[in-house]
Amino acid sequence: MNSEITLERPEIEPINYLNARHGIASWLLTTDHKRIALLYMISLTLMFFVGGFFAILIRLELLTPQGDLVTADTYNKLFTLHGLVMVFFFLIPSVPTVLGNFILPLMIGAKDLAFPRLNLLSWYLYLLGSAFIIWCLATGGLDTGWTFYAPLSTAFSNTQVIKGITGVFIVGFSSILTGLNFITTIHKLRAPGLTWFRLPLFVWTIYATSMIQVLGTPVLAISLTLIAVERVFRVGIFDPTLGGDPILFQHLFWFYSHPAVYIMILPGMGVVSEVIPTFARRPIFGYNFVAYSTFGIAFFSFLVWGHHMFVAGESMYAAMAFSVLSFAVAVPSAIKVFNWTATLYKGSISYDTPMLYSLGFIGLFTIGGMTGLFIASLGVNVHVHDTYFIIAHFHYIMVGGMVMAYFSGLHYWFPKISGRLYPEGWAKLAALIVFVGFNLTFFPQFVLGYMGMPRRYYAYPPEFQVLNVLSTAGASILGVGYILPLIYMIWAWKFGPKAGNNPWGATGLEWTTPSPPPEFNFDITPVVTEPPYNYPTVDDDE
Amino acid sequence: MKVISETTYYIICGSLLVFTVLTYLAALVDLGEWNLVVALIIAAVKGSLIILFFMHARYSSHLTWMVIGAALLWLGILFSLTLSDYLTRIPFASVLIF
Amino acid sequence: MQKAEQFPELQYRDLDQQREAAELGMWIFLTTELLLFGGLFISYAVYRHTYPEVFAEASRHLDTVIGTVNTGILIISSLGMALAVYGAQTAKRKRLLFGLIAAIVFGTAFMVLKGIEYYHHYLNAEFPGLRFDYSVPDAKGKQVFFFLYFAMTGLHAIHLTIGIVLVCIILYLAYRRRFSPDYYTPVENAVLYWHFVDIIWIFLFPLLYLIDVHK
Ligand SMILES: [Cu+2]
Repeated sequence: MNSEITLERPEIEPINYLNARHGIASWLLTTDHKRIALLYMISLTLMFFVGGFFAILIRLELLTPQGDLVTADTYNKLFTLHGLVMVFFFLIPSVPTVLGNFILPLMIGAKDLAFPRLNLLSWYLYLLGSAFIIWCLATGGLDTGWTFYAPLSTAFSNTQVIKGITGVFIVGFSSILTGLNFITTIHKLRAPGLTWFRLPLFVWTIYATSMIQVLGTPVLAISLTLIAVERVFRVGIFDPTLGGDPILFQHLFWFYSHPAVYIMILPGMGVVSEVIPTFARRPIFGYNFVAYSTFGIAFFSFLVWGHHMFVAGESMYAAMAFSVLSFAVAVPSAIKVFNWTATLYKGSISYDTPMLYSLGFIGLFTIGGMTGLFIASLGVNVHVHDTYFIIAHFHYIMVGGMVMAYFSGLHYWFPKISGRLYPEGWAKLAALIVFVGFNLTFFPQFVLGYMGMPRRYYAYPPEFQVLNVLSTAGASILGVGYILPLIYMIWAWKFGPKAGNNPWGATGLEWTTPSPPPEFNFDITPVVTEPPYNYPTVDDDE
Repeated sequence: MKVISETTYYIICGSLLVFTVLTYLAALVDLGEWNLVVALIIAAVKGSLIILFFMHARYSSHLTWMVIGAALLWLGILFSLTLSDYLTRIPFASVLIF
Repeated sequence: MQKAEQFPELQYRDLDQQREAAELGMWIFLTTELLLFGGLFISYAVYRHTYPEVFAEASRHLDTVIGTVNTGILIISSLGMALAVYGAQTAKRKRLLFGLIAAIVFGTAFMVLKGIEYYHHYLNAEFPGLRFDYSVPDAKGKQVFFFLYFAMTGLHAIHLTIGIVLVCIILYLAYRRRFSPDYYTPVENAVLYWHFVDIIWIFLFPLLYLIDVHK
């Protein structure tokens, strides 16, 4: 790694966004996108560990075939809250609100987002939504599954459904406002010379993600509102005994919630598209294809939601169409995987921590995506529907893909965010632990699901025990892998060596400004004259 | 932003009111299935007038048009794919024959 | 008293850029609003497909006269808002204030008429959740129709109420001479919002009130 020589006087810390203002109010009322990103990072980490806590309890219960640790009712609440917290309060906001908030304006050479106060409001909405979820679980929890299917959620469940729904509803608006803010920012605040095809791919993916947030989330909001009204006023919009149709709820819910998977994964793909060229020292292969495929994924993601309802009573003709369209999403996703791989070809690769996570992402996302094709086929779906095969499939996407990408991005931009370097040895160790722990946790679940173990039960036949024990063992390893970065990053924030402007020797405007960046990002608005990822090729170096 | 003259606004408002009466009158005629279609077409015309003139979209940037287009496209996706299920269901009774 | 000069916020190059961003943000917001209502419209489509006759029958319980008059009222309120923008753009203060006041008055009139309708439905036991007669024939379909009727017009009424409050604020600012031909973004965005709410009603009117009225 060629670190730049910086002319720093060690005794005087230069003014940056962290030390420019002081006091609690300067944080809680800040409109600085970088500070808001840190606020998000802290609150998201807390919610991540709340969701992780439920995961631990689930895995402990499944250590033995009998239901011994918790009751069946408690188990229902555990998996519901695990899914709800992880999906709505960690995975969906993770990369956009933390890394997107921090890096996006820097990447496009802007001083802030288009609507800084709206950005702060989004964070407060996130907090309010989280408060409802905490209140919900403090007063007894929720047992409908994170999908809130009617009529279970409206007529039968006697848990805190309204509080849970309110929390998700509010955090949905946080998500909408963030998306709106990003789209406007990308359109209006790009630095001079920064044309669309000079944008880093991370910006493209954030844009596509924001589109999904803006276009999909309102439908979730209205369907949750209808659930709440049906439950409170005992009217029938989904309840068949009152004339409603429960399948309609599933349509409305999945219209948002399938694309939501791409809200989670697309920004992760953006991170990987930044990390791979940096550590392979090559421009991304087929920039245009990667950029267009981003929009291809975002668009197709809205055409496939019916694949969640193959066995729910959906018309078989619609099911066929949804099945075919689900296969189509694989095409743009595969384009990305091929392009990343091609970028690596003949690159001078260095295996720093962000790169390790990104390589992990490519492998695990591919497994998750390929198994997605299995379950998009109608016949296989009938066999594995609602089994652990599904659980394993979407955890490969969401945890193996998304969380890996989030960690990759966190490590990649940590020097920019904090101005310090994290301990590389520990970080590599943690990356290895996460990779091993993850596969040990979830690979056995593919097998379990294929053998027929259904999801959402707290007990199972004894012949499934060996694989479940493996999975639980993996989960505890994974837990260690997640706690390690928390520890060494806090340590490095205080004691790590100074990073300098550009520790990775990467391209991109965010690396031209000091680390940590000054309060308004750039003293002089930068002018862009080059394509992105303009790395000298290997031949030039020699 | 372009200034649209007051006269235009009055004309648009007048035609919207005429279309409202027209909607009502059309509903009084028995057109069978087509009553719904006619009502929706008139509503769409009224909506377009409002968007184009009252909301100034006619004089707005391509970007605004893109946003409007995306909104309508996504609404179309929601409708067409949801209805693709409801309109192609085989009635339960005919399944029982098998 | 005209504010001497407006400065853009820090992240913008100039006022034009700031205005464009605000306008784009508003249009995107309206997109989300459209899809919010879209969830209700598709529910309507599905249930009208499921219960065609019951919907037609139930629709006859709505007051077509009030519905039509309300449509006209809302269109005239939209004209008021359009004139307000014209007034702001051309520094014709009276036009601006008059247009805003007209919108508030007609918007409120709409709400009053809507309230009268709701009250009648309550008296006739056609208000699912509060007072609904399940003993009538086809009660299920009728219940779904009236639920959708209240959900759609109710959500619309909430939006209109927000709109009225918004316009009151704009009116106050206009009265304090905060706007000029160089800076009237809040007026413009409130107008966009108002017209959007109007468009929703224009679709609700035939879908709810005019199903097979000829029979
Ligand atoms: Cu899906």
